[in-house]
Amino acid sequence: MANTISPLFGHNGAPLSESADTARATLAGMLAVRQFEEAVDSLFARGLMHGTMHLSIGQEASAIGACAALEQTDFITSTHRGHGHCIGKGADLTRMMAELLAKQTGYCRGRGGSMHIADASTGNLGANGIVAGGIPIAAGAALAQKMKGTDRVVMCFFGDGATNEGAFHEAVNLAAIWDLPVIFVCENNKYGMSFSTEKSMKVEHIADRAAAYGIPGITVEGNDADAVYAACNDAVLRARAGHGPTLVENITYRWKGHSKSDKNLYRTKEEIEDWKHKDPIVKFENRVIELGVLTREECDAIAADIREKIRASISEATTAPDSDPAELLASVYRAIEGGN
Amino acid sequence: MTDRIITYSEAIREAIGQAMEADPNVFMLGEDIGIYGGAFGVSGDLYHRFGADRIRDTPISELGIVGAAVGAALVGMKPIVEIQFSDFTAQAMDQIVNQAAKIHFMLGGELSVPMVLRAPIGSGTGAAAQHSQSLEAWFAHVPGLKVVMPATAQDAKGLLLAAIDDPNPVLVLEHKLLYKTSGPVTEAAVRTPIGKSHVARTGKDLVIVATGVMVSRSLEAAAALSEKGIEATVIDVRTLSPLDMEPIEEAVRATGRILLVQEAPKHVGFMAEVSARLAEGKSLYSLEAPIKRLCGMDIPIPYAPQLEKAVVPQIPNIIQAVEDLIREP
Repeated sequence: MANTISPLFGHNGAPLSESADTARATLAGMLAVRQFEEAVDSLFARGLMHGTMHLSIGQEASAIGACAALEQTDFITSTHRGHGHCIGKGADLTRMMAELLAKQTGYCRGRGGSMHIADASTGNLGANGIVAGGIPIAAGAALAQKMKGTDRVVMCFFGDGATNEGAFHEAVNLAAIWDLPVIFVCENNKYGMSFSTEKSMKVEHIADRAAAYGIPGITVEGNDADAVYAACNDAVLRARAGHGPTLVENITYRWKGHSKSDKNLYRTKEEIEDWKHKDPIVKFENRVIELGVLTREECDAIAADIREKIRASISEATTAPDSDPAELLASVYRAIEGGN
Repeated sequence: MTDRIITYSEAIREAIGQAMEADPNVFMLGEDIGIYGGAFGVSGDLYHRFGADRIRDTPISELGIVGAAVGAALVGMKPIVEIQFSDFTAQAMDQIVNQAAKIHFMLGGELSVPMVLRAPIGSGTGAAAQHSQSLEAWFAHVPGLKVVMPATAQDAKGLLLAAIDDPNPVLVLEHKLLYKTSGPVTEAAVRTPIGKSHVARTGKDLVIVATGVMVSRSLEAAAALSEKGIEATVIDVRTLSPLDMEPIEEAVRATGRILLVQEAPKHVGFMAEVSARLAEGKSLYSLEAPIKRLCGMDIPIPYAPQLEKAVVPQIPNIIQAVEDLIREP
């Protein structure tokens, strides 16, 4: 049985914190990302998981708020820091965990790991290990929608560092000139590995770069799920109506290092602590409790339910068979139907 | 259906037209392929037949174009990318090597990238070092890509149709000196199978293995050698990846001598792989002389016509190499 959170699809545009159902789904989504990543961080620390991974703890409102603006049939492209996007689009937590644990039942059958989770069934065209690598792919998937005359959109996630890549420029320009149904969601967490945005760009906001392509750009408080949803919902409606792409910049912060080798030499403890006080989950919880939409007990019950899902993902994935080297050579090319 | 004599360019255009008529998901994108008709005139009138949507002109953005093709292919389209000169694939390498080639394997096998990338290769037009390279070995070295090099008008059509059918990314490397050459081409949409080497001529004295424009040069050399009493088998590799060694090994067993001819520089070139496979296999014991390679010089392609001709194998060089090989040991 699938072990997923139930993403919000087809929501009406009202703030996520306004009704119990949307508040519940949003909180569950953000908690799933947080707890999934805390779990893999711990598995890694205990030597039970190998390789590397990039954690998005602290950025959960961006992934979940943005995905809440999509329909089930829409597409996403994701990044090396992509667990949140996968979960936000409805990925199976057990298959994700199995992939990170190098199991045959993982999304990539153990061939991709944390950086390469894709899930055709939820429209996830893949996380990507190359900074900005997914941006032209998103433009192409959107071009296909336009050519086929569907009303599906593509949401393209990338970080601040990606906007200094040529791929960003080429792909956003293509999407702009062809009015493609794509939403460029930049998760500006202030650092491309160790290099800060203050050093890497001369413009104040990444959203300012939209002007160079003749498309709208908006800078959003990325730790506020309601704000992210509102901006992305506008951008999705615009894309779906055939008016082309939007650049949404979510200002956020990763609490953890870039990857497992990061010693945080480029930023201060105070800065990290300061951002922990802007925890997107605490912010959202406080809001819904204050609004009387959910009680503290209800929020705690959601967290407990997610903890159970994460625990189940680990126990099920751990007992799955290891990925199988025997099938590797035959897996490089898709077989031609009926032979060649 | 009959064969007509048409050019290599016309054969490619006919293949694209037939594929687009047969499947609405097939479309073409690239620089100046629309009203301009393509830098080498290959897309020609396709723009007028199929419109701007499916014969899609793009800005000068090779990385963006190939990436867009990868994305479109992932969701069910069958894009044919034209890169104006194969040298410009260097601008698009991330999408070719890190994305298109990897996605099917790396992402677990559910997704695939049925994309065709066509690009003109080779020297002979006075375009100098950044517009004249033969980069096929780069791509043949990357698991996940298929690489074909049509040497005749018939194969230009047949290999392209097979590439469009293929659910994997296929690079079709077309030699720019071949575009205006003509040959018999079947009118029907006949496929040339990918992954099969082709015996273009049979002779008892040695085998010449060639790719691209070197196939016709080798055939001409073989005709001249025949008048001198030397009979060569000529094998057109056609598909560099996946490579079919069987006819090559069989010809080595039959003749005992082999000459490998490519335009690309010798060092770590494609023929080094053919040579290594022969050296690893049993057919090595049939050799009466060492394996011989005739390749481009290990230098960038120069501009001046006499320099440009001097750095890649010409017909007299092939004849000379064969005569040397026949005299060995």
